[in-house]
Amino acid sequence: MALPCSLTRYLLLMAQEHLEFRLPEIKSLLSLFGGQFTSSQEAYGKSPFWILSIPSEDIARNLMKRTVCAKSIFELWGQGKSPEELYRSLKNYPVEKMVPYLHSDSTYKIKIHTFNKTLTQEEKVKRIDALEFLPFEGKVNLKKPQHVFSILEDYGLDPNCIPEHPHNIYFGRWIADGQRELIESYSVKKRHFIGNTSMDAGLSFIMANHGKVKENDIVFDPFVGTGGLLIASAHFGAYVYGTDIDYNTVHGLGKASRKNQRWRGPDENIRANLRQYGLEKYYLDVLVSDASKPSWRKGTYFDAIITDPPYGVRESTRRTGSQKEIPKGIEKCPESHVPVSLSYHLSDMFFDLLNFAAETLVLGGRLVYWLPVYTPEYTEEMIPWHPCLQLISNCEQKLSSHTSRRLITMEKMKKFENRDQYSHLLSDQILLYQGHNSFREKYFSGVTKRFAKEEKSSQE
Amino acid sequence: MKLLTHNLLTSHVRGVGPRGFPLRLQATEVRINPVEFNPDFVARMIPKVEWAALLEAADTLHLTEVPKGPTEGYERDEQFLRKMHHVLLEVDVLEGTLQCPESGRLFPISRGIPNMLLNDEDSET
Repeated sequence: MALPCSLTRYLLLMAQEHLEFRLPEIKSLLSLFGGQFTSSQEAYGKSPFWILSIPSEDIARNLMKRTVCAKSIFELWGQGKSPEELYRSLKNYPVEKMVPYLHSDSTYKIKIHTFNKTLTQEEKVKRIDALEFLPFEGKVNLKKPQHVFSILEDYGLDPNCIPEHPHNIYFGRWIADGQRELIESYSVKKRHFIGNTSMDAGLSFIMANHGKVKENDIVFDPFVGTGGLLIASAHFGAYVYGTDIDYNTVHGLGKASRKNQRWRGPDENIRANLRQYGLEKYYLDVLVSDASKPSWRKGTYFDAIITDPPYGVRESTRRTGSQKEIPKGIEKCPESHVPVSLSYHLSDMFFDLLNFAAETLVLGGRLVYWLPVYTPEYTEEMIPWHPCLQLISNCEQKLSSHTSRRLITMEKMKKFENRDQYSHLLSDQILLYQGHNSFREKYFSGVTKRFAKEEKSSQE
Repeated sequence: MKLLTHNLLTSHVRGVGPRGFPLRLQATEVRINPVEFNPDFVARMIPKVEWAALLEAADTLHLTEVPKGPTEGYERDEQFLRKMHHVLLEVDVLEGTLQCPESGRLFPISRGIPNMLLNDEDSET
């Protein structure tokens, strides 16, 4: 496929983690910065080397200021399946595009990265020297060069089967690195306030990127818990709202989730979490509220709704109910005076969430949420849908041998007319998802089967 | 609870519908919380504001210097935006109540956090 000449080819070096989540992240970010995903590469699958065409270096740099899936980006000058092919490719690269970075006043350095193989120092130097034919006129500076160039050699993905020669060799000018360091600096291990199901930092940034969160957006999490997902959005400059049905979690009270800690300290609440990272100014408010009975007035306020609803495994699915409906022995939260533990069928919860998103998102706004799935019964048809929301991506993360969760991203592309209009359309699809309502039982069924098997074999 | 939030909240008591807005604010403890001024964000919020409700709430809290409505070319009017920034984002109700104007039901605010939970009988489904 011939690509338009005004686009420059870039090589993205991807991290080998959360494989399915990478392409939607890059596509969402490119569209956020006015680019479009164009590539001649057929499949992305498991490879860490992606070649894309991007209209400008600015867009490429903006992409890297957000992505946690990509390690680095290079302006691609040449590639080949052998060194000779690479050199031919480099000789075909327009000299006028090279010259600005090679002139005599500048300093540079050439690095070499090999993937799935280790080279000796001697071998590395040999490969760098082979590029002498390039019109480098500047001075080599290994400490603080103005321009960094890289040779990247791809020896495949199988550590048990390392080829003698690389599958592919690339040469490019290093532009920028991605934001993978955020994963460590925002690690849940160091966070002041956590819950039993606080989201892994890397995934929370991926979610904010799938949601196309940008500066000055309002982002809402209706199942906010300890606020982990809000932190990622606030980091990208969005102002954040959260609600949760659990009074103690919202107020930062009650039992702690950390081992060796009994009760939560005074500095443990959502606001304090944002303060820990210098993001307190993005905190709008949190409320104790039942997501199935929202308190927002009619209108579209949210640029993104990013959430991890409870699956009923480690946090229960609940909604408010009347005195008659709550069986005896269920805890009541004394402070809120409202009995909270009517079971909330998962299918109802997603129905409510999609309807809520369709009504309160701005046009073009995104809903990003996790859908728990019992894998043996999963089909694509059971992904909840809504006439106002378009499905953008569906990425699987395995939880156990027979369960997984899927990160669903949807975009509002149609104005919401009125609430009643949609209820009859949506009740049909609930039947498709209903098998997963007993997600909790199915999640644990694998465990009990295994115990039964082990007991049986130990008795034989 | 900020006044921006109060401006977006309505009562979801059963049968009340649009008459549940705005919630009547009563505050026993209020704090002024300095927040970094961001004119672009404030300008984005102006079209979402229901002014009558905002003025009523500001009045209850005895706030002065509250603009009566958006001025012409408000996006570039720094003085206007700074006043709105203060009203919407820096006034924090720590303790108080929000009352449904139609049913009289009270929603408490404690430690700055409103509690909107209702029994099933009381709320819309």
